Amino acid sequence: MTALTAQTIVRLTPTYRLQWEQMQDAYVLLYPDGMVTLNATAGEILARCDGVHSVAEIIADLQRLYPAADAATQLTADVLEFMEVARNEGWLGTV
Amino acid sequence: MKAGSAPFKVSPPLWLLAELTYACPLQCPYCSNPLAFARYRAELDTASWLRVLREARALGACQLGFSGGEPLTRSDLEVLIAEARRLGYYSNLITSGIGMDARRVAALRNAGLDHIQISFQASEPVLNDYLAGTQAFAHKLEMARQVKANGFPMVLCFVIHRHNIEQIELFCELASRLGADYVELANTQYHGWAWLNRQALLPSRAQLEQAEATAHRCQQRYASSMKILYVVADYFEQRPKACVNGWGSVFLDIAPDGTALPCHSAAELPGLSFPNVRNASLAEIWRDSAAFNRFRGFDWMREPCRSCPEKHKDFGGCRCQAYLLTGDPSNADPVCAKSPEHQRVVAFASAAGNTPARPIRFRNNRNSRIYHSVPERSASEHDPSIG
Repeated sequence: MTALTAQTIVRLTPTYRLQWEQMQDAYVLLYPDGMVTLNATAGEILARCDGVHSVAEIIADLQRLYPAADAATQLTADVLEFMEVARNEGWLGTV
Repeated sequence: MKAGSAPFKVSPPLWLLAELTYACPLQCPYCSNPLAFARYRAELDTASWLRVLREARALGACQLGFSGGEPLTRSDLEVLIAEARRLGYYSNLITSGIGMDARRVAALRNAGLDHIQISFQASEPVLNDYLAGTQAFAHKLEMARQVKANGFPMVLCFVIHRHNIEQIELFCELASRLGADYVELANTQYHGWAWLNRQALLPSRAQLEQAEATAHRCQQRYASSMKILYVVADYFEQRPKACVNGWGSVFLDIAPDGTALPCHSAAELPGLSFPNVRNASLAEIWRDSAAFNRFRGFDWMREPCRSCPEKHKDFGGCRCQAYLLTGDPSNADPVCAKSPEHQRVVAFASAAGNTPARPIRFRNNRNSRIYHSVPERSASEHDPSIG
């Protein structure tokens, strides 16, 4: 697997379903016989991995959601780190 | 609710298991259904199941398993699946594959089903069809292909015992050929029919050690194409499993007749009266019923669980196993090495490989009528090895 770049387009693996759960006040990732309850930022990141927008566009969008975060350094690093984790888990693929 | 009357915060039931029916064309001798399944006649009707789905979803359930018996024997399965999809469940069909054809697989997809799990009894037709009590293997292969052709994620489940434990590598090869996304190599859990047949099914320690090593090798070999889950044989462990993640914590099972259970084996426990969805709402059942509160939290525990630092991890293990092996469901699960009764489990497990296999008692209506009148514990009174 090559490392993700700003231009990479990522999407949720089709066998997973991402869904907002009111009762848990969180996004959950659903798959055969399993469920992961995501923390707020992980949920917001995965919700934007739509197979259309690039990593850079997703980060720019998250910047609007979290205006206090430093886009140039911390936010970019955090998003890329989580996306790599999600890719290793099989949740995300590249287009 | 009065202050102080809620000793433990009740969490939402995230998993709903809908056991639609006990009818099944297969006769697997490790079936987790109650021995007395032939006594259950009145299955919930479609409208009642639809209400169960709606009420559980409102309580927070999002994973839904359609199980049985063989859920495909219900002709309203597609109706229930469509409602489940509309409500926002992730729905899983747990099936033998018998009762569907290519057209029905496509219909299940169109209804909105998310995933299909097919069970195999063995890696080849002779043993598979012997254990299933019917010709099933060839059809299972064909249905697995249809499941993939319709774009479903597919889990193949292999229940492991002494008669097929040496086929682990073949199970993984078969699953890989069929394009499985997940493989479940599940050692038999000894409840229901498996408890009745335990002396015919328990593998030896040597068999288990080899199986576990093979399973781990296969996990590496197939890491890039499928996830292999190995479920341990807990009679051979030192700590109990966190059964259903704690009683009344996340798991809600509805039996075919509408009985609500904290796990699918709980009906075998004595002294508990389980509520029925015909008489109460799921909210009342889940939050307020005596049965769902009986082993909730930690206050019910005795020593060694009560003061154990690991109680938050395993919740004292399995209540049904505590009952079957010690006679009292309030005891620690004796799989735990801290249990005063643990030596019985060790003696029983280590004797397993050295005793000649007992005849298998298949899960069918005839045997259900024979064994249903005998309380499960006394059905095994004469087994010297369990003492």
